[in-house]
This record gives sequence, structure tokens and C-alpha cells, in this order.
Amino acid sequence: MSEPVILVENLSKQYHIGGSQGKFTYGSLRDSLANAAKDSIHRLSRKTSATDSYKILNIWALKDVSFSVQRGETLGIIGRNGAGKSTLLKILSRITKPTEGKAIIRGRVGSLLEVGTGFHPELTGRENIYLNGSILGMQRREIEVKFDEIVSFSEIEKFLDTPVKYYSSGMYVRLAFAVAAHLEPEILLVDEVLAVGDMEFQKKCLGKMGEVADQGRTVLFVSHNMGVISLLCKTCFLLEKGMIEKEGLTSEVIAYYLGNDQKSEGEVDLTKRISSKRLMISSVTISDASGRNTSQIPINDGVRVIIKYKVFSNIWNPQIAFELWSAQGICILSTTDWDKNGPIEKEYLPGTYAYSCYVPPNYFRPGKYWLEVSSSIPKIEVLDIIPKTITFDVIDTGSLDAQLGHGRNGVISPILEWIRLGVDNSL
Amino acid sequence: MPAKTQVPKLPLETPEIVVTPSRGWRSLELSELWKYRELLYFLTWRDIRVRYKQTVLGAAWAILQPLLTMILFSVIFGYFAGLPSQGIPYPVFTYTALLPWGLFAYVLTQSSASLVSDKNLITKIYFPRLVIPLSSVTSGLFDFAIAFPLWLVMMLIYDIPLTWRLVTLPLFILFALVTAIAVGIWLSALNVQYRDVRYTLPFLTQFWMYATPIAYSSTIIPENWQWLYSLNPMVGVVEGFRWALLGTESPLGMPVLISAIVVIILLIGGVMYFKHMEDTFADVV
Repeated sequence: MSEPVILVENLSKQYHIGGSQGKFTYGSLRDSLANAAKDSIHRLSRKTSATDSYKILNIWALKDVSFSVQRGETLGIIGRNGAGKSTLLKILSRITKPTEGKAIIRGRVGSLLEVGTGFHPELTGRENIYLNGSILGMQRREIEVKFDEIVSFSEIEKFLDTPVKYYSSGMYVRLAFAVAAHLEPEILLVDEVLAVGDMEFQKKCLGKMGEVADQGRTVLFVSHNMGVISLLCKTCFLLEKGMIEKEGLTSEVIAYYLGNDQKSEGEVDLTKRISSKRLMISSVTISDASGRNTSQIPINDGVRVIIKYKVFSNIWNPQIAFELWSAQGICILSTTDWDKNGPIEKEYLPGTYAYSCYVPPNYFRPGKYWLEVSSSIPKIEVLDIIPKTITFDVIDTGSLDAQLGHGRNGVISPILEWIRLGVDNSL
Repeated sequence: MPAKTQVPKLPLETPEIVVTPSRGWRSLELSELWKYRELLYFLTWRDIRVRYKQTVLGAAWAILQPLLTMILFSVIFGYFAGLPSQGIPYPVFTYTALLPWGLFAYVLTQSSASLVSDKNLITKIYFPRLVIPLSSVTSGLFDFAIAFPLWLVMMLIYDIPLTWRLVTLPLFILFALVTAIAVGIWLSALNVQYRDVRYTLPFLTQFWMYATPIAYSSTIIPENWQWLYSLNPMVGVVEGFRWALLGTESPLGMPVLISAIVVIILLIGGVMYFKHMEDTFADVV
């Protein structure tokens, strides 16, 4: 085999969280000067330094990660929030430095950690194409050549000379993605950028991404969307607490990821996450018919999902939603609190909100399921998303399956109504 | 379907990037900066476009600011206080100093805040971070170019002849820019680490303005204190402007030399500090 395009050896990254003057958090000059003064006073009186009393938490966002990628390979990276996926991409795109280890990258790198980086609301669509293109690393000549293609991809021809602050969020995302999709580096690093935009445009982007991979470019692709990962990547690896937990064929890694969850007691507390969001999902519980929190749901019991979230600043019309996935990586259903009555046209004030959703009995086949809970302002902003929030098992307790003695095929197993319309024995 | 546009030919030798932990002081990597000159161009262009789109007064602001200051200074310091102005009509005398001062103050303010205000770029994209404070230089020149013609008008009104020294003006403009950027680089990097730096900036600029011979002439400083006074590099800049534009006869050599040395030290130190801190910007900002 030829030389790998990306070679990563024992890459580690440490962050310091908390503390008054951790190297990786900004502070104020005033505090630093005050601490320095305190320090010298303490030193004079031979006491411990003042800064010792500040607790600084060291967290390894990435620990001893090694892998290599061959030319033309599309490698997926999956893992929970905070598993180190984004940190890894940031190091490879040279935005931040590793604490230990090294990475060798052979070729022109394009990184797409966000769509629309550097877009300026006051500038027109045309101006932003040039600005954003240049920020993403395109040469001016290159942008000129691709300009028409970008515009037609984005479908915003009519508004090309309108400042983007007047764009709808959909138009904004389309334009931003159109520029990014025309980036043609040898190595493309993509973070969770497809979580935005409407379905149709997402498909178009996926097509474009697939094209990129087919052209022999090397792509590193981070996503929590298992469907997209398995569509685009033959191989992938799973990051867990900054380390590579499993690598191999995408289908195997995904199965491992979904199957190997920590014991869930039907309740998950999400308040321990570090979040600066406007809305944070704080807990998700799953309970059976008796209202008891459990991760074991009898097949002929309904499932109640209770989602609690905190709003920190006023938000207009947030939507809460979940997707229900099977252990085989199939999305069984998605539902939102708007399903029945449409958007609740009102402003959510800061506070804690709780929602409950009930799924009737006999919906699912026995097996392992997991929920992905999210909140968003549809088509504008994902407020919070927790990949693989909570899992539960649907267990067979004398259901039809058991009674009939043979397996019922299918993804879902509702009990449907059958009526005998009549019999005619005359032949 | 239009024919697929071709990827611009990639150079035969593929660039190899080695990512390693940062260790100590870094080289300047000027070639890297040169590679990103187009980004510098686009960021400058963005600043200019946005500035003239966002403000109601737009380009007029670039003239109003020095004009109003000149009028105020002329009335208070020139007329009421009767400060000497080396035989030159006070309004032209002070306006000539306000030109480089405006350039300096604008570039200094912009570049100091630049890293923090462009943090969304820093945390999402790689490029040599020096591009960001540097991009404020050209937009400062833009304002300067708008304010400059008023000076010509004043020269005509007061009937002051232009001299050959005018051709040396670009040197002094450069001097002002380098001074601003030298300090701006320091402050921008410090501002990432210590967010209260920006609160000190308005005071710093104001303080600095009164330590610079704008409303008054540097000739009022006693001879034996001139060297100390010239440690402020803007003294050399402003004296240079007056020398080139008004033909003043105050001794230029010493203040300019001292100022230049101070600026060079500031610049080298600033760039070194910046490069040293650069690797942590994305984590801290």
C-alpha cells in the first residue's frame, strides 16, 4: 500500500476547565495581576501559592489516538457528544495544537467544521460567496471559475445581490453549503454540518459529498447520523472518552456502538454536560404503563417518554423532538411536540419545561431501541441534540409472537384489526 | 448540464503538514503569511464594505471626526488658550497632526479587538492568525484617504505653499501604520487572554493622544526632556507629518530616530509574543 494521506500517532489533547487562570480559559488581566500579587505575598510568608487553591480540572479530550487514512478513503467518525470528534478534526485542520503526539497530513486540506463560517449579514450573497470561499481556502480565480455553479447549486439566483441578513434561514444555509460543497481539496474534513437545512437540500448535499468521495478525495466525516455515515463511509471508528473504542467496517462499528450502551435505568440525567446553550435538555425518562421508570418495556405495554429541558433565555417557538432507532440502525419513527397541533406560536421564557409523549402498546418488535432527543427552531437552529440519548428494551411477555410460536416479520408489530367479511362455501 | 469545472492543477509535490504540540517560541513563518495574502485581501475588503454599509454617515464619518476635532481644538487651544503653532495657522497645524493620529487610533482600536471579534473564524478555520490584526491596516488607510483632501483645501485657503518634502509623506504614513500595528498586535493577543484589555483601550488612546503633539507643538517640551518625550513613537510620526506637509523647521532627526527604535522593538516583541500565543487562541478565545 502507498503512503497514507493522513497518519495520526498517539494524538492527545488536554483541556483545562475551571480554575481562575487555566491556560486555556481567558481571564482578566486584573485577576491575573491580583493573583500574582497574592502569590508573592504568600511566598514571602512561605505559604502555599494562592493559585493552588483554585481547582483546575484537566480533561483529556483526546488520548492516544492513532490511525491512518489512505488516499481516496472516506472514513467515518462516530461517538457521543464530547467524545473528542470535533477536537480531533480541529487538530487535523490545524486550528488547535495537540498536547502530545503528532499527525502527518499529505495534501491540501479543506475543513468544514461549520457551514457559513465568516458569512457577514451586511454583505450580499455574491459578496459572501467570495468572502466565504476565500476563508475556506479557495483561490480567487477558483471562486470565479466556480461562481455560476455555486449560485445554481444554492438556488438563490434572484437574491444574489441582496444582503444575506434578509435571507430566510433556508436560503442562508443553502448558499453557505453551496460554497462549501465546491471546495475541492485533496483531503476534506467534515464535521456535523448536515444537521441543518431541509430534507431535500440535505439529500442534494449528500449527493455532492458522495461525488467528492468518488473523485478519489480523502474524506474524514464526523456525524451522529448513522444513516449518513453508513451511506458514505465504508469504514469508520468509534471515539469514546477521547479514545478509539472500536474501528472497522461501518456496519460493525455502528452495531457495536448501538449495542454496547451503558445500563440504562430508564432515566438519564443530562445536566452534567458543559453547555452554553440557550436551551438544554436536562433529563429524559422512559416509563412503562405503571409509570415506573424502567428500561425494560413489556411489548404489550405503552411507552411513556418524558423530556425535561431548561430554557435559559427567551426563545421563540422551540420544538422538542425525538427519533426512535432500532439497534440495527434503522430510524423507526420521528416525532415532535408539534405533530398534532402544529407550532405553538409563543415565546418560551426561561424555566424548566417538561413534555411527555406516549407510544401505544404493541408498536415495536422485541429488541433494543434508542432515542435521540433534540430541540430546535425548525430550519433555523439546532438548540440541543443528544445522540443516543437513552436506550430501552422491548421485551416479549406472552405477546402474539410467543403465543403463535413463530416470529412475525417486520420492523414494527402493531396489532391490527382483522374482520372476517363473510364465507361462501359454494366454490 | 455545464461541463464540470476542473480542479485547478494541484502542484506535483503535495504539501506535507506535520501537526505537533507547540514548543516554546516559534519562527515567524512569513512564507505562510504570504500564502494567505488573498484572505488578507478579502478580510480587508469585508471590513471596508461593512463599515460603509453599516454606518449612516458612511464615508462622511471619516471626514467629520478630524474636522470636528480640529474645530474644537482650534477654538479652545488655538484661540482661547493661544497655544503656539510654530507660525502656522492653528487649524492647519492641528489638522495635519490629526491625520496620522486618526489613522493610528483607528488601526490600533480595530486590530486590538480583531481577534476576539473574529473568533468564529479562529475556532473554525486554520490560517496564520496574524492575518486578522493586519487586515485592519488597509481599512484605516481608506479613512485616511477620505480625510486627506480636506487638508489640501485648508492649504489653499490659508495659502501655504507645498514643498518637495511632500514626497516623503508615504514614509511617515508607513511609520504611523507600523506603530499602530506594533501596539495592535500586542493588544490583540493580550485581549484574547485577558478580556479586560479592551476596557482599558479607550483610556489608553485618550491618554496617548495628549502625550502626542496634536493640540500643541512639541517645541514647548524643554530641550532636555525631548528624548523622553520621543519615546512615544507617535511624536516622531506627527513631527514627521508636520515636517513633510507644512515645512516646519523643528529638529526632526532625533525624535524620529528614537521613535523608530521604539517601534521596531515593539513590533518584534509583539510579533514574537503573538506567535507564541497563537496556538492557544482557538482554545481560549
